[in-house]
Amino acid sequence: MAGHDARATLMTVFEDESDRSRETADAKNPWWRGSPHPAVVADREGGVVEFNAAAADLFPRLGVGKGLDEAVPRWLADAHRRLAGPVRPPAAAAPAGAGAAPLRGSHDGRLLRAHPAESGHGDVAWWLVDDSDLTAAQDALCTERERHAILAEASTQLLASLNPDRCLEKAALLAADHLGDAALVISPPGMRNRSTVVTAMAGGFERTQLALDPAAVPGLAEALQGFPPVPARWIDPAALPSWAVPEGFGGTPGSVAIAPLPGHGVPAGALVLLRRSGRRAFDTSEEHFARLFAARAGAALSAARLYAEQARVTRALIAELLPPRLHHVDGVDFAGGYRTSRDTERIGGDFYDVHPGTDDGRDTLAVLGDVCGKGLDAAVLTGRIRSTVQALLPLAGDHQDVLRMLNGALLNARHTRFATLVLASVRRTGGRVRLRLTSAGHPRPLVLRATGEVEEVDTGGTLVGALPVVTSRSATVDLSPGETCLLYTDGITEARGGPLGPAMFGEDRLRSALSECVGLPAEAVVERVQMLAGNWVGDGPHDDMAVVAITAPHTTHLSAVNGRTRGRYTA
Amino acid sequence: MSAPATAPTDVLAATRRRLWAALETRDEQAATAAVLGAHDAGVPAEDLLLDVIGPVQAEIGAEWAAGRIGVAQEHAATAIQDRVVGALAHRTADGPRPETGEAPRHVTVACVDGEWHALPARLLAEVLRGRGFVVDYLGAHVPTPHLIAHLHQTGTDVVALSSSLPVRLPTAHAAVTAVQAIGLPVLVGGAAFGPDGRYARLLGADGWAPDARAAARLLAVGPPRPRPARLPVDPPHLADQEYTLVTRARTRLVLQTLQGLEDAVPAMASYTDRQRERTAEDLAHIVDFLGASLYADDPELFTGFVTWTAGILRARGVPGGALVAALDLLADAQRDFPRTRAHLVAGRRALLPVPAPPSPGPHS
Repeated sequence: MAGHDARATLMTVFEDESDRSRETADAKNPWWRGSPHPAVVADREGGVVEFNAAAADLFPRLGVGKGLDEAVPRWLADAHRRLAGPVRPPAAAAPAGAGAAPLRGSHDGRLLRAHPAESGHGDVAWWLVDDSDLTAAQDALCTERERHAILAEASTQLLASLNPDRCLEKAALLAADHLGDAALVISPPGMRNRSTVVTAMAGGFERTQLALDPAAVPGLAEALQGFPPVPARWIDPAALPSWAVPEGFGGTPGSVAIAPLPGHGVPAGALVLLRRSGRRAFDTSEEHFARLFAARAGAALSAARLYAEQARVTRALIAELLPPRLHHVDGVDFAGGYRTSRDTERIGGDFYDVHPGTDDGRDTLAVLGDVCGKGLDAAVLTGRIRSTVQALLPLAGDHQDVLRMLNGALLNARHTRFATLVLASVRRTGGRVRLRLTSAGHPRPLVLRATGEVEEVDTGGTLVGALPVVTSRSATVDLSPGETCLLYTDGITEARGGPLGPAMFGEDRLRSALSECVGLPAEAVVERVQMLAGNWVGDGPHDDMAVVAITAPHTTHLSAVNGRTRGRYTA
Repeated sequence: MSAPATAPTDVLAATRRRLWAALETRDEQAATAAVLGAHDAGVPAEDLLLDVIGPVQAEIGAEWAAGRIGVAQEHAATAIQDRVVGALAHRTADGPRPETGEAPRHVTVACVDGEWHALPARLLAEVLRGRGFVVDYLGAHVPTPHLIAHLHQTGTDVVALSSSLPVRLPTAHAAVTAVQAIGLPVLVGGAAFGPDGRYARLLGADGWAPDARAAARLLAVGPPRPRPARLPVDPPHLADQEYTLVTRARTRLVLQTLQGLEDAVPAMASYTDRQRERTAEDLAHIVDFLGASLYADDPELFTGFVTWTAGILRARGVPGGALVAALDLLADAQRDFPRTRAHLVAGRRALLPVPAPPSPGPHS
């Protein structure tokens, strides 16, 4: 602003003086002579009219009457010619004083900004401002801002995915975009000693699996070790194996840098940056930037790898705890549905299983139960109960035996949880299905008749895992074709919600929902019950919900429903 | 990825008739035989999925809406259709890999949380498999955290989300945003996104397809990968909070309107608890759609729902007066919410030209 004010003042001075003689003003040795900013006045022909002390310091060859060309840099002399040369109407000349963009140029290693101020009768005063420090600071600021934006963007991109492969791709693409002409990200050797190599260039990338010898690339072995951290290093482009230069790169790279991607205590990989021979090599500040980028990429990669590893472990551990996919078994339709209390979890405290019968006459056994509590701890106990029941299958002819032994096993365990469950032995004879049902402290199963009537099965007993002695009473139910027996956990009936404010879904609504399912296949019954209970709770909290439908099929049935066996018709 | 040759229309029409007849009698065996028989006769699996099973499913929905079949029959037919798709899928191998020699695109197909109509998504999954895509089909009502966990753990290139109910739009928005936040593109489809996909754009989806073939074409060429992770963009009209406030007041609005109806319609005094609850559920449905139309900032969404509901009621011989009265009561309660009120008024206006019974007399 100060410069602008000075210019305005100067203009005023010139305009006030315009009809007086210049010599008069000159003789008075005007105040601007002492300005710290160099000022030079030149006439239309480029002859120096006057200048101040600062200008004399800057341009030692300046002298009144000499030509500008002899004393000032060419860019300034040229600018003067352009501005002063042809006589222009005042309207066109006016913008010079009204803040036209200043001219920039260098002189003796300094960056100068030149502001012309026209007198109106041909003379032009050039005010010069030394911008070197400001420009350097502005350039540095711009570079830093750009890098900051790149790093912020890189962090967003890199942290977005917890998938190691996608993370590698992102790291390579970002590095190729912002650090080199091409970039390689090399993962530490994994299975069968193969490394994933992602090569990125010009917005595209290619992924290969290579059994590479780290010693073949200078610095790669150290970079891949991850610890102790090694600085990025320069390697001879000629030492680069052919796989490291992407197709279409155009010859041997001019410069190659290799840097470790430091992970969280585990090596996350190595970054190789390539630049074409025409381009200048990396400078110190670029190297520093590359290190910052590598740190972020390394952190993101190792987070992704840790997540992948944890996910793999979790998958293996919960595989046995996940609700099984039910299908047609021995001429009877089974379908199951499960919804955990929390959307983020896949396992909970409810469970079900269907164990097919054996050729030597053992019935199919369906089990559905509910462990006190929810979440992971409850799920672990469901796993124990499910494997205990499986081990007890040879005794499944007597439900009381099974429950007694299960109770003993649970009482001996260290945990203090108990469980309720219902056992259903299922046998198909002709078109009818006979069920033997035993509830151990569990909501009684419901039976949907072909008439639409819904019956509660008269069975009951004590829950398991709490008392030293358990007793129970079994019931036998026959299903005609199209009839269904529904096993469910209290997560369904105790679901709170509904259009008029939190009310329990309750057994009445469940019965009424079931009565509308006459003749439906098992999976349609399960889906309908799940859907109604799900809509009832809406987005509200709920417990684990499990449902199993056991349906006597209509007289003929195509059993290709499990997607594993070819279709076959059973009478 | 070239589309396979299509079957003659008369063969398809005959197969549709056979399938429909089988579903009407809940005969799974005949339904499967109809479709597999046509497949044996040379009809491509894709045509059977999209020109037989798909249209028949739409027909089932139309029949239900017209009151000609009940909920149970609709469910039974849908379950049989699903088994038929399974049987067809079982005998068809994965399609040939794309000729370009690229790795096949890996697509995850899922329904939005709370979306129980899985068949359209399943048909898409099978069509994509047949065209050489690698497909992970996650099924109906997939909670967003499960979807995201799946995406982190697999090499999915692109996600295809299905939703048929506009009331799930906010949930769909959350799912779209979550998928984009991890840097993957999302294609959406289904009736929830509007007939022209206008809500897909509103939610910032990367693509929308009106049907499975269009989706397969879109997936074969784009959206480009990899795409940068994106920050969510909220629809600006949500700033007035009306969606949030109306949704939060759902139970109160339902109760108030129910009481208002009971005062206005004397016949309701004799309703059983069950009938009263059904009415409350209908009202809750109206409020849910109102919420969706506020979320989408499109009164047409609400008027579409209202006229559709009026049609459903008419098909079941229920007088439409209660619906009009309910809209009036709701509008009265929304004096402070101009946008909500406008949507209700639009819905009310859509019901005005309720077709009067044609009368032979002269009109004024």
